[in-house]
Amino acid sequence: MDEAAAATIDSAIAASKHRPGPLLPILHSIQDALGYIPAEAVPVIGQALNLTRAQVHGVVSFYPHFRRSPPGRHVVQICQAESCQAMGSTALTAHARKALGVDLHGTTADGAITLEPVYCLGNCACSPAVMVDGNDLRGHVDNAAFDAIVDACRSTR
Amino acid sequence: MTTTIYIPRDASAISRGADQVAHAIADEAARRNADVKIVRNGSYGMFWLEPLVEVVCAAGRIAYGPVTPKDVKGLFDAGFLTGATHRLHQGIAARIPYLEKQERLTFERVGVIDPLSIDDYRAHGGGRGLARALEIGPAATTEEVVKSGLRGRGGAAFPTGIKWRTAAATVAPQKFIVCNADEGDSGTFSDRMLMEGDPLTLIEGMAIAGVAVGATQGYIYVRSEYPHAEATLNAAIEVARAAGYVGTHLLGTNAVFELEVRRGAGAYICGEETSLLESLEGKRGVVRAKPPLPAIAGLFGKPTIINNVISLASVPIILDRGAQYYSDYGMGQSKGTLAFQLAGNVKHPGLVEKAFGLTLREILYDFGGGSASGRPIRAVQVGGPLGAYIPASQFDLPLDYEAFIAKGAMVGHGGIVVFDDTVDMAQMARYALEFCAVESCGKCTPCRIGSVRGVEIMDGILAGKSDRDERVTLLRSLCDTMLNGSLCALGGMTPYPVLSALEHFPQDFEKPQTQAA
Ligand SMILES: Cc1cc2nc3c(=O)[nH]c(=O)nc-3n(C[C@H](O)[C@H](O)[C@H](O)COP(=O)(O)O)c2cc1C
Ligand code: SF4
Ligand code: FES
Repeated sequence: MDEAAAATIDSAIAASKHRPGPLLPILHSIQDALGYIPAEAVPVIGQALNLTRAQVHGVVSFYPHFRRSPPGRHVVQICQAESCQAMGSTALTAHARKALGVDLHGTTADGAITLEPVYCLGNCACSPAVMVDGNDLRGHVDNAAFDAIVDACRSTR
Repeated sequence: MTTTIYIPRDASAISRGADQVAHAIADEAARRNADVKIVRNGSYGMFWLEPLVEVVCAAGRIAYGPVTPKDVKGLFDAGFLTGATHRLHQGIAARIPYLEKQERLTFERVGVIDPLSIDDYRAHGGGRGLARALEIGPAATTEEVVKSGLRGRGGAAFPTGIKWRTAAATVAPQKFIVCNADEGDSGTFSDRMLMEGDPLTLIEGMAIAGVAVGATQGYIYVRSEYPHAEATLNAAIEVARAAGYVGTHLLGTNAVFELEVRRGAGAYICGEETSLLESLEGKRGVVRAKPPLPAIAGLFGKPTIINNVISLASVPIILDRGAQYYSDYGMGQSKGTLAFQLAGNVKHPGLVEKAFGLTLREILYDFGGGSASGRPIRAVQVGGPLGAYIPASQFDLPLDYEAFIAKGAMVGHGGIVVFDDTVDMAQMARYALEFCAVESCGKCTPCRIGSVRGVEIMDGILAGKSDRDERVTLLRSLCDTMLNGSLCALGGMTPYPVLSALEHFPQDFEKPQTQAA
């Protein structure tokens, strides 16, 4: 782990350590900054919060949001839940897997995109829904719109 | 003269290009030297029209939608700044029948105001509920909520006032108000719309709850899939603090209420209240056995009111206009209004706030306009992923908690997902089990293992294995075990969508038997 990452982890801990129930806020700020929770962070957090490694690891691994390895440069999530299914998300997902050459949870060979399932984005009235990089929400995504998302991801860092 | 233009900041509107439309309108106005003020409001919830742009003219707020950046030049050319007609002209927004036919109480300000403007909030009645609660005191505030008949909108429909009484009666040095903004149910988005469109109402409702039970700290647990709502809430808390709805001197009194937003981490089970509390404490979101009730020993072991966003956001109007006003809406034991959410394969998806008692058919056809595909509606799922599938023959069922329970279904959080006649209900049954397997917290065997077995059974049925009848029998018995042997409703209610699919659409489970068992 490089020094910058270590500093990020330390400052995430310092910022939330004294709040009640600090573990999730700490993990969020680490992942927001680094894109995942490095294994090296686990004992450091444990020591700061007086928790065992196993306890911290248990929390990190319980929550689907937290990653234990770096994702691709962009994360594209396709909603798999009922409303989106009713509007064609199963076919959209099949198209995405084929177009990217990966399965769900996989990362493209060029490292540009990690494809993930998600269970409802609250955008059910504009199904099928897709989320890009955790904050860029799209609705009524058809194959062409999906391909445009992929092109945009590939052309940016 | 400055012309005010409303363009929603609601996440769904943004997902359809509202930000790009706002930029295009600002650019075009600058190019033409037009004096405009753009306000980013919430959404009215007519999503087939989003982005819905409103221009304030002499005649009122004239709506245009759905607007794309490409339409902007033409709108200016046509004279939309003075409400001129145009292909996208929808007339006065409040007069669009979809909206006009609703009974908006909890959502009264959503879409109407700038969600972060305290002046707008007050001008539309905001803040009066908290003022009244501080005036009448804790006991009378709780009794007002009891009398209103408000039941929890998060799913279980437990009477909100009764929960508050329990927490109020428990003596403790510290109590908490927790808002459940996990909104994990697929097909639902009312919590999100409220948080993005009128967050001050939720904050006011939580402050009232604090006053009622003697809690000075609140948390809003928002799911990580809702970055827009989270940002709006954080901004709104600062606005509320400056206005005295949060902080150490509520509306100038000595009452204290602090409030913080916490982000979830993608686990559906953390919408279950005890799992949510574990998560807030920084633990794995494993469900706690009850008792003790959270109202007696909840967050960090302290008495805790945990309520859904819509439950809490309905409290200010109850305090402001009185319990009677609220309970005059609705039927039977289902008092007030519910913000139904219409989604899936439907022509006019969106938010419909109506008094309990209207029928599914009215929602699906009078509001929804039938399916989006134009094909017959075959089934709807009401109440999220644990809700039953309802066939067309039961569309005259009134939307009422007890009427649904009597049919083995549930209203829940009010999500209604529509499927046309191309749906394969055996696939939907498989999906319900798969979802349970993915999201199980792992505490009890029927849920953790049963759901995985259920997927395997369904895979065989879908593949056309020759032992179908045995598999269906096994599936029923598995559902029975899950129904009776699960600690919480994830394992305990996953059988609802499975068994309702099997009961109403048995033909979908009869695949050609082409494979050996
Ligand atoms: C698996 C499961 C998921 C739930 N998800 C939510 C949710 O996302 N939002 C919510 O408000 N309630 C949810 N609930 C219901 C809560 O446990 C609880 O009843 C609710 O927060 C109480 O608030 P209310 O009385 O205002 O509805 C869920 C329950 C279960 C069993
Ligand atoms: S039913 Fe499932 S989710 Fe609920 S407590 Fe048991 S294992 Fe956990
Ligand atoms: S079901 Fe896909 S966004 Fe809600």
